[in-house]
Amino acid sequence: MRRLGPALYALPGLAFLAVFFLYPVVQLLALSLRNEGTGEFTLQHFEHALGTEVYVRVLGITFTIALQTTLGALLLGYPLAHWLARLPDGRRGWFVMLVMIPFWTSYLVKTFAWMITLDQNGVMNRLLLGGGIIDAPLEVLHGRIGVMIGMVHAMLPLAVLTMLPVMIGTDRHLPRAAGTLGAPPGQVFWRVHFHLSLPGVAAAGLLVFITSLGFFITPALLGGPKDTMLAQLVISQVTEMMNWSFAGALAVMMLAAALVTTWVYDRLFGLSTVSGQASGAPRRGQDALRAVGIAILSGLAAVQVAIGAVMQRLVGRRVLGWLLPAHAAVVLLFLGAPTLVVIPMGFTDSNFLGFPPPGYSLRWFAVYFGSELWLGATVRSFVVAFGTACLAVVLGGFAALALARSESRWRGAMFALFLAPMIVPRIVVALGLFYLFAQMGLVATEAGLVLGHTVLALPFTFVTVAAVLKGYDWRLDQAAATLGATRAKVLLQITIPLLKGGLVAAFLFAFITSFDDLTVALFVSGGVTTTLPKQMWDDMILQLNPTLAAVSVVVFVLVTALLVTAERFRKPAG
Amino acid sequence: MERQSGGGLGAVQRLGAPLSQAKLRIDGIAKRYGPVVALEPVSLEVRTGELMTILGPSGSGKTTLLQVICGLVEPDGGRLFIDGHDRTAMPVHQRDIGLVFQNYALFPHLTVGENIGFPLKMRGRPAAEVRERVAAALAMVQLGHLAARFPRELSGGQQQRVALARCFVYQPAIILMDEPLGALDRQLREHMQIEIKKLHRETGATIVYVTHDQEEALALSDRICLMNHARIEQVGTPQEIYAHPRTTFTASFIGTSTLLRGVVEGDALVTPLGRFALPEGRLAGAAALVIRPEHLRLGAGENTIEGVVSETVYAGAETRLLFDLADGTTAVLRLPTGMAAPEIGTAVQAHWATDAAVLVPL
Ligand SMILES: Nc1ncnc2c1ncn2[C@@H]1O[C@H](COP(=O)(O)OP(=O)(O)OP(=O)(O)O)[C@@H](O)[C@H]1O
Ligand SMILES: [Mg+2]
Repeated sequence: MRRLGPALYALPGLAFLAVFFLYPVVQLLALSLRNEGTGEFTLQHFEHALGTEVYVRVLGITFTIALQTTLGALLLGYPLAHWLARLPDGRRGWFVMLVMIPFWTSYLVKTFAWMITLDQNGVMNRLLLGGGIIDAPLEVLHGRIGVMIGMVHAMLPLAVLTMLPVMIGTDRHLPRAAGTLGAPPGQVFWRVHFHLSLPGVAAAGLLVFITSLGFFITPALLGGPKDTMLAQLVISQVTEMMNWSFAGALAVMMLAAALVTTWVYDRLFGLSTVSGQASGAPRRGQDALRAVGIAILSGLAAVQVAIGAVMQRLVGRRVLGWLLPAHAAVVLLFLGAPTLVVIPMGFTDSNFLGFPPPGYSLRWFAVYFGSELWLGATVRSFVVAFGTACLAVVLGGFAALALARSESRWRGAMFALFLAPMIVPRIVVALGLFYLFAQMGLVATEAGLVLGHTVLALPFTFVTVAAVLKGYDWRLDQAAATLGATRAKVLLQITIPLLKGGLVAAFLFAFITSFDDLTVALFVSGGVTTTLPKQMWDDMILQLNPTLAAVSVVVFVLVTALLVTAERFRKPAG
Repeated sequence: MERQSGGGLGAVQRLGAPLSQAKLRIDGIAKRYGPVVALEPVSLEVRTGELMTILGPSGSGKTTLLQVICGLVEPDGGRLFIDGHDRTAMPVHQRDIGLVFQNYALFPHLTVGENIGFPLKMRGRPAAEVRERVAAALAMVQLGHLAARFPRELSGGQQQRVALARCFVYQPAIILMDEPLGALDRQLREHMQIEIKKLHRETGATIVYVTHDQEEALALSDRICLMNHARIEQVGTPQEIYAHPRTTFTASFIGTSTLLRGVVEGDALVTPLGRFALPEGRLAGAAALVIRPEHLRLGAGENTIEGVVSETVYAGAETRLLFDLADGTTAVLRLPTGMAAPEIGTAVQAHWATDAAVLVPL
């Protein structure tokens, strides 16, 4: 027992994940391989999925959209992250906040914003028509362009926030060194900055791709029938057809795609980059790729130096210098603007969501605060989010504490397990939990929601606490022990007070994760246990109305306030 | 040292009573970190009320030994006795041992007063007593006016005193200090050495003090335990170790000396530089003569060596003369005060009295 010591702290988290994450996912797999009637092993569901034209097409669309989204988010996000990384530390915080807020803003609010922006009579068409740029309204809603705008917008913050720590970590001293070695700026960028940021780019690509694979909110609300994605199919198979095995098979295919991508990524870069650490030693298998990569990079560098020279002659050095900040400004505007459009809409006095609002009033807030349905959903979301945050901080915090000091050879595996809910598409987790909760009688209960949301929030609390622990001075714990403190007292009087900032941040992140979640809520909540996102989703599918704008404003303001608080606490104490 | 802990002590253990006044007895304690041997089996006794320094170069296992004593590191083998009782498996917080860390390890979220009061609170002392003893401890290290400050608002020397006060305040029977003055500048270090000696005298605590600074060890210790390569080289009073080094490592680590290597033949040491008479003590085979600088005199005598002056080092109270011998070793002698140093490059002779040298095995 004594030798196991710190590793014991990880046990509750491991047990929790085993029951509410691994087991349901495995059960889903078993379900997909079984004939419902006879219970025998069968591949029929997979054959059915891969042998039916509609399903194959949806698979193709899903991968295409996920890939396009990944490319779009990386291309738009990279220069922004690069610009952010080079800002002085003090100023960077504010601009990073402009990415953090859209990151944590609910997908529903973001999608709702695009619905009213891109609509035929929406903000964008009004502005373009009014400015005389176009003669007829553009039809972007309910088409691939609309989906892509919504998806890239939704995934961009994730991409930027994943790349940023790696870039900050490597940018600090190296480029200056390269400059003094005589490399021209173009060369410095490709051979040093870009090369060193690759693990971050890959991590961002991985997370965006996997998250996109399981997406349904954006394609359902912004796309047309031709943009149906796999997750939508899974949902309709379960909620409309009650076809569990087939839904299971579809989910398993999605999971397989996600796992294969992750596996390839791990071979090349190592999983630790996902949690925001620059990877240390090069990994196996990187050598062959390295040679190819370096050749490509030098090619790119040569091209850029040439283009740079021509451009400098054409437009002058000063204009070129503004290119990066200008890009950053445009992308930040793209991230923030749609949400800002929602705010005036919430205050409209009209019955419709026209822009600009003909007049302003608080009537839709009055509707919201006067509606038992909305308020009930809000209160329930709060209660569930609070429970989730408590549970996730305790489980994730202890796990991080345990793994920070563990020298066990299982450490890597445990680390991966705690990050896994981030890598398995949410819809897969949600479906698995739905099946499990149906057996346990937890469907449509707050407890079920808390358990499900805790699975989703665990990676965030784990990573947040692990990050503050990296700078933690363990000798303080040792000192307390030699001064006579028992293990429990060391934890309560030394470790926890010193980690307070990280714990508060982890709590708030978990809170927001739960407060925003629709995927688990879609299956597990319902009827009298509707959560706020579920209520919004039901309304958005049925009919857009100004109450939704008012609710979005409330959610947006709330989440932003929580987030700013979390950020202030995240700085380590002492 | 290692051979000392034979079966006899096991018999003592069975009687259940401490044989000597040994406060702390380490019996064959060993520790490895994977392939790295941090401690070979070592044995050591620390007497009640003494200040013993553990001296050794970096990586010799000093910190590991301290951590085993206070229970932060579990040894792979061997046993640890405090007051004659086996404490090898006792948890850290029950051991009644104080540890002063190299970088103080003050709790940054607690004030100076709260830091010092921490061990008393952990022992459930009543609030009034805590206040009283904290005040007394602060007065002892002359920091009474800083009780309300946080550690980051103190200078390095002040932080160090808080760490000392936090350790002395609960009067542990044994106090371990791991290079407590390592981060301080020379002047402050010497001042703090005096304070530690004073605290030691006033409290009568048994102190084990780790350092890699031989001057500090000589200045502070009742006894020195010299470590090298995860082993104990020699234990003794500073005078003993200085005057009677048992290995060439001891001779060169504590103070400076001239080493003449050769082979023992009869009653002489045969070296490339000639035959030299042996002092007392019998050894066979390869050995070396250790001669301290103050025992070497210029000119020919009983045992004479010749060399060429390579350097003179002026060190305030004395001047040292370095000269190269024919076999490539450098000899060191202390010039008598007031004597002019010979020019660099001149040939010199030096001699010593046979019994002033020490014979050590190679
Ligand atoms: N936690 C550890 N893991 C692996 N090796 C360790 C660990 N702690 C110490 N060692 C190794 O054990 C040996 C002894 O270390 P120790 O810290 O006891 O030396 P030391 O005498 O205190 O040195 P210093 O004067 O530099 O503090 C060293 O080789 C060190 O590298
Ligand atoms: Mg040490």
